[in-house]
Amino acid sequence: MSLTLLAVQALNGLQLGLLLFLIAAGLTLVFGVMDFINLAHGAQYMTGAYLAVFFYGHTGHFGAALALALLAALALGLVLEALVWRRLYDRPHLDQVLATFGVILILTEGARALFGPSPLSLPRPEILSGAVPLMAGLNYPVWRLAIIAAGLAAALGLWLMVARTRLGMQVRAGADDAAMIGALGVDVARLFRAVFGLGAMLAGFAGVMAAPVLAVEPDMGDGVLILAFVVIVIGGVGSIRGAFIAALMVGLVDTLGRSLSTDVARLFLSPAAANDAGPAVASMLVYVLMAAVLFARPQGLFPARAG
Amino acid sequence: MRAAAVLLALAAAPPVLEGLDAGFWVVTLSRALIFAIAAMALQFVLGRGGLVCFGFAAFMGIGAYAVGVAYANGVEDALVAFPLAMLAAGGFAALTGLAALRTRGVHFIMITLAFGQMAYFAVTALSAYGGDDGMTLWTRSTLGGFGWIEGRWPLYYACLGAAAATWALLRALGASRFGRVIDGARQNPGRMAALGFDVRRAQLAAYALSGALGGLAGALLANHAEYVSPAYMSWHRSGELIVMVVLGGAASLGGAGFGALVVVALEEVLAGWTQHWRIAMGLIVLAVALFARDGLAGTLTGALARLRR
Amino acid sequence: MTAMKSLALAAGLCAATAAQAETLDIGMLLTLSGPPAALGQHIRNGFELALAEKGGKLGGFDVNLIVVDDELKPDVAVGKAKALVERDGADIVVGTVFSNVMMAVFKPVIEAGVVLVSPNAGPAPLAGKGCHPHYFNTAWQNDSNHEVLGQHAANQGYKRIILMAPNYQAGKDAMAGVKRYFNGEVVDEIFTQLGQLDFSAELARIAAAKPDAVYAFMPGGMGVNLVRQYDQAGVGLPFLSAFTVDETTLPATKDAALGLYGGTQWTRDLDNPINAAFVKGYEAAYGAAPSLYASQGYDTALILDAALTAAGGAEADALSAALKAVAIPTTRGDFRFGANNFPVQDYYLAQAVKQGDAYVMRKVATIFEDHADAYAAACKM
Repeated sequence: MSLTLLAVQALNGLQLGLLLFLIAAGLTLVFGVMDFINLAHGAQYMTGAYLAVFFYGHTGHFGAALALALLAALALGLVLEALVWRRLYDRPHLDQVLATFGVILILTEGARALFGPSPLSLPRPEILSGAVPLMAGLNYPVWRLAIIAAGLAAALGLWLMVARTRLGMQVRAGADDAAMIGALGVDVARLFRAVFGLGAMLAGFAGVMAAPVLAVEPDMGDGVLILAFVVIVIGGVGSIRGAFIAALMVGLVDTLGRSLSTDVARLFLSPAAANDAGPAVASMLVYVLMAAVLFARPQGLFPARAG
Repeated sequence: MRAAAVLLALAAAPPVLEGLDAGFWVVTLSRALIFAIAAMALQFVLGRGGLVCFGFAAFMGIGAYAVGVAYANGVEDALVAFPLAMLAAGGFAALTGLAALRTRGVHFIMITLAFGQMAYFAVTALSAYGGDDGMTLWTRSTLGGFGWIEGRWPLYYACLGAAAATWALLRALGASRFGRVIDGARQNPGRMAALGFDVRRAQLAAYALSGALGGLAGALLANHAEYVSPAYMSWHRSGELIVMVVLGGAASLGGAGFGALVVVALEEVLAGWTQHWRIAMGLIVLAVALFARDGLAGTLTGALARLRR
Repeated sequence: MTAMKSLALAAGLCAATAAQAETLDIGMLLTLSGPPAALGQHIRNGFELALAEKGGKLGGFDVNLIVVDDELKPDVAVGKAKALVERDGADIVVGTVFSNVMMAVFKPVIEAGVVLVSPNAGPAPLAGKGCHPHYFNTAWQNDSNHEVLGQHAANQGYKRIILMAPNYQAGKDAMAGVKRYFNGEVVDEIFTQLGQLDFSAELARIAAAKPDAVYAFMPGGMGVNLVRQYDQAGVGLPFLSAFTVDETTLPATKDAALGLYGGTQWTRDLDNPINAAFVKGYEAAYGAAPSLYASQGYDTALILDAALTAAGGAEADALSAALKAVAIPTTRGDFRFGANNFPVQDYYLAQAVKQGDAYVMRKVATIFEDHADAYAAACKM
């Protein structure tokens, strides 16, 4: 494999990783601060995509669709928090799993009922819809570079918020010990609402950014949810920095693994067996990575909680 | 006492349903009983042991494929295929448990998910056994050459027998010293270890047994559907199993079994009403999660107790 | 004498009225949810359109159509197929969309003594060794549409091509079909993950290998993503495909799919009166362009109508004999079954074009005429 091809694969892995980061960031905050397992987070990503398609259909303008979709995703996240999530903070994880599983069913089937089961599309904004030549014969889409830029900007923004603002300080403290900061006078309920709203918005934003590239369909949140959980487990629950590093790792391992696995398998096995083994191993790689990290550092790479 | 009543009711179901011209429900009930076996096995490690396994579907799938692979190689006898299924699934559970039980909490959930996914992808790659298309079993498992579960009712009673045996076994284990060690390990592993119990070994034994019973459920599922496919092992199925246990009531064995029956029956009924039955299912699941803290079984027994007073 | 006569008359009248009022229960098992739901929906639409045009009757029987969603889950489908034949008493089963579901429901339906007609899935085992007198396929054998592209690549003189398909049985069958007729070098066989949505890695590999053409089999939402990303990446090579670029995915891919090729047994511009009426009727009824799947649903109804008329009922052996003998005009021209109950028909190369506001597939060339599938010889019926 040539060096330029490797560079392109790396960019692709980076793009996938940053998309995963946007989703995992909200998930890890919610889990870290509120000890809340939110299986419906993938559905919030899906909702963002559908909202963008809906608003684009009414405005015809990508920027407006993006802004409206983000606001609507935020609103939906806050409504869910008030109606459902709030009752589950003190409950055991299993109850949270059950409730969020129910919400997934409702949101997914609701999207299917409202928009139909077929994949929908969202056109990219005009100025970002071209491609730049990265190597001879391959043009890299500008939109994918935009995803990378947006992901990096969001990461920077989150870091600034967590490290430099009061809210961020509360989030960090809350991830460490939420009961304690409540005792210290912080409005924990408002903090939780803020964290949930932020998580919902980030997931929705990821959905909007991904929509022009991937098909918008009711089950699109499923695969992404599992990968997001893998990311936060590798990175360490509650840690934004961990989610960032882990997301990049997962994105790169998955992308590079998929493109190399069959070639590597052919070195050891017959072509027919390699065609079977290669993709199977590629699919497993991310989980093997996670298992390896858990073996070496069971708390993840950058655990937010002490110990 | 209550258990005997339930068993009697379930045993009487086929002739009653036939009389009500709803004989096809026997097929659905068989499927419900199969998932009840799996749910009860899962409850033993999840509710009792506190180990939330998110890869349980893999045990069912391995059990199903043991029957399928044996069939493809000419072995149809249940006396070979069923123990093989339990051994394969239990062995997989023991091996993966060695690694998984070193972790706790959400990490345990994710590691078991990872192993489940690995099993799924491995089986999907086995093009010799149909890969993703799966394999049809042209006859069900035989017993000494005799087609003992070929009909609708024989299969139902076999499933009922297996479910009753599973329930009895897990109940006895749960009441035994072993069960108390598992309880203690869930509540305070440190103290148990300090008291001299080998917590890791007890949990591994429970996990392996649970896997083996999942394999039994899988073997029955393969016979019920007369078909095996990697879809049996998908993480969605693992999630559905957890929902069955928690919906019914993770605290009790009977609750988990009840949850399985409710979920399978609900799916059948709701799907007959509307194409978008998942919304109704989601609302029911959500309502139970929010308002029925002890699961459906817990809430029902609580209500019954209050009525008696 | 008179008592006997009146009794016989009464019996005859009873029989006559019974025959007139007879209803046929047809079970329709399709994938109607999930990303590939559009395929099932199109097949259903086509079938129901034909049924409506015939006043709700096929072969003179009132049809009670029981539509069931198999959710693309084989073990769920098995239960639903059993329900159709055992609980609902279906006289005929029409299904399925996907091959894995097909393999799963074959046994329960056939063993119940019910004729099974597939309007889409045509897996190799059921065309070859596993063929059965009561099993028919009105669409194609799975490999055939892929063979079209292999032949086309050979016709075009391509020396080096890359194949890409998801890593499941149908994907492997697809590659086998292409290779059967392509005589050049297959530079690479890229297997992707089922349900995979991001093809940046694979596209980079293709661009680096610089083949003469790319062949892809990527059904459903995967195909929508692939086509869009292929367009964005600016690879610029001839894109040959089957079941990837058609009227079920064109509404989503739109301009990105223009110029891409597909292999098919039907296009909207096939010149015969039944097809012209079908296209017009479909667009009027459903407000969208029909796909090959819709035509398959429509043709299945026409074929069943002819066979039921000839057989006078849905009894399995009689209906099967009648189906075997069917030779009628359909949307794709004259239709007949081969010896293994799979169609023997023409196959075309089609290309995605824009007609007014709609995106459709237009026939470019005839690649095979009276083409039987590769497994017919293995069927010992």
